[in-house]
Amino acid sequence: MDRQFPSRALSSRRRFLKTAGASTLALLSAPALAETVVNLPLPGGPDERPITTTFPQKGPLILQRTRPPLLETPLEVFDQFVFTPNDQFYVRWHWADIPGAVDVSTFRLTVHGNVDRSLTLSIDDLLALPRVELAAVNQCSGNSRGYFQPRVPGAQWSNGAMGNARWTGVRLKDVLDRAGVKAGSIQVRFKGLDEPVVPDAPKLMKSLAIDHARDGEVMLAYAMNGEQLPLLNGFPLRLIVPGWYSTYWVKMLNDIEVLDRPDTNFWMATAYTIPDTPHANVEPGQTGFKSVPINRMVPRSLITNIKQSDTLHAGAPSLARGIAFGGDAGVARVDFSSDGGKTWEQTQLGKDEGKYSFRQWQISFAVPLKGSRALMVRCTSSSGETQPATPNWNPAGFMRNVIEQTPIVVV
Amino acid sequence: MLREVLPIALITVLTLAPHCSQADDKLVLKSVNVDLPVGDRMFDGPGSDAANNNCLACHSADMVLNQPALSRTQWRTEVEKMRTAYKAPIDPKDEDAIVNYLVSVKGTK
Repeated sequence: MDRQFPSRALSSRRRFLKTAGASTLALLSAPALAETVVNLPLPGGPDERPITTTFPQKGPLILQRTRPPLLETPLEVFDQFVFTPNDQFYVRWHWADIPGAVDVSTFRLTVHGNVDRSLTLSIDDLLALPRVELAAVNQCSGNSRGYFQPRVPGAQWSNGAMGNARWTGVRLKDVLDRAGVKAGSIQVRFKGLDEPVVPDAPKLMKSLAIDHARDGEVMLAYAMNGEQLPLLNGFPLRLIVPGWYSTYWVKMLNDIEVLDRPDTNFWMATAYTIPDTPHANVEPGQTGFKSVPINRMVPRSLITNIKQSDTLHAGAPSLARGIAFGGDAGVARVDFSSDGGKTWEQTQLGKDEGKYSFRQWQISFAVPLKGSRALMVRCTSSSGETQPATPNWNPAGFMRNVIEQTPIVVV
Repeated sequence: MLREVLPIALITVLTLAPHCSQADDKLVLKSVNVDLPVGDRMFDGPGSDAANNNCLACHSADMVLNQPALSRTQWRTEVEKMRTAYKAPIDPKDEDAIVNYLVSVKGTK
């Protein structure tokens, strides 16, 4: 399938569409404006969620939980933007003791543990270090958990527990080098300002292997999309672990500890672990499998301009578009099927914003016959990994990346 | 819920260079002081007292009400996880009542 890719100079969805030319959008239904509730097509429900605008520094988001906040990015946002706006970037906290006030002048990041010299760094100290930028997807381990069948307990996310941003900050490596990592170091552990609300409960702490922490890509970000982070996304400082699930992207980061032993804390050893199997897949009810900490992300793609049960005209040219990401690699190709997966056609890709970023795709198509259809989209990463045709299952509802289906009606 | 959002100064426009490149523009962070909603919804209906008394210290009720229907065994596992892993101070004599309530409102048929 030879197809001319759009120019790398394409920068916006509008130009992307313009360049695509003649395709006519033939959708009969359009998303309603100013919705106050949204229906997420979760099998068995409950499917209704409020759209909330009551959280500080945040626009309309799907309310999954008020306290501690679980706020989901609506699908429409991914249709409009390759970089998720900060005020609609999803939010996920574990403990409800979240400081509402952070004073930039008194905030300090401490670096300690198995180092030559402990550091206490102010925001100004961090701003004075070499600045780097990186586009990267931040995705919750349990994104799309609501589609697991059989259903599993946990945050019942649709597909919006993720976002893409340009992160600005400093390399973790540069900070660690200033502290001087001692021989024998194994991991680096990260903590933030949030605290459990009950005594003796496990404070959120996450660790990376020392070589990963020093790979020059892991960052401490003080800005996203050119602005300081919203408080709920981790102001003033957040760990950025490109290509890895968001559980490692510690928010309100104020403590870095170099360890000379493996971190066995609850959030590494028990929570956020996956079956050590292909696609982290096990049978429902299966026990006795080995588990490992969740780690790198896998490829995904979504159709963002057509929703379940939308209606298209038979034979009319239509446009499908959306986003894809390669997980811990770039997007090599995105394929589209309008016949439930029998045949596939390669889509046009939008601008390459870097291997860890969302990448837009689009394709014009027509469905010749009336009836029910499933539209499908499939990402293949630059490392050759392709989304699977069958969904994975595990008890925690982690790492979904099956080829998603959008059932439509053709009239 | 009254919220006060102090003005968040937008940072002077950064020149967004290609990924992982150096950027040298000035950047100033402004302190933030906001209130977060707490969620005042309560569990209701017969048997809801145990849930209201034991669950809402750590999380709002919507988390529970958004769960799919789960079996009694699954609900008991969840309640025990809250107590053992997350150290919820659940009165042991309330645990059965919590599970019974969850099964009554969110149980599998």
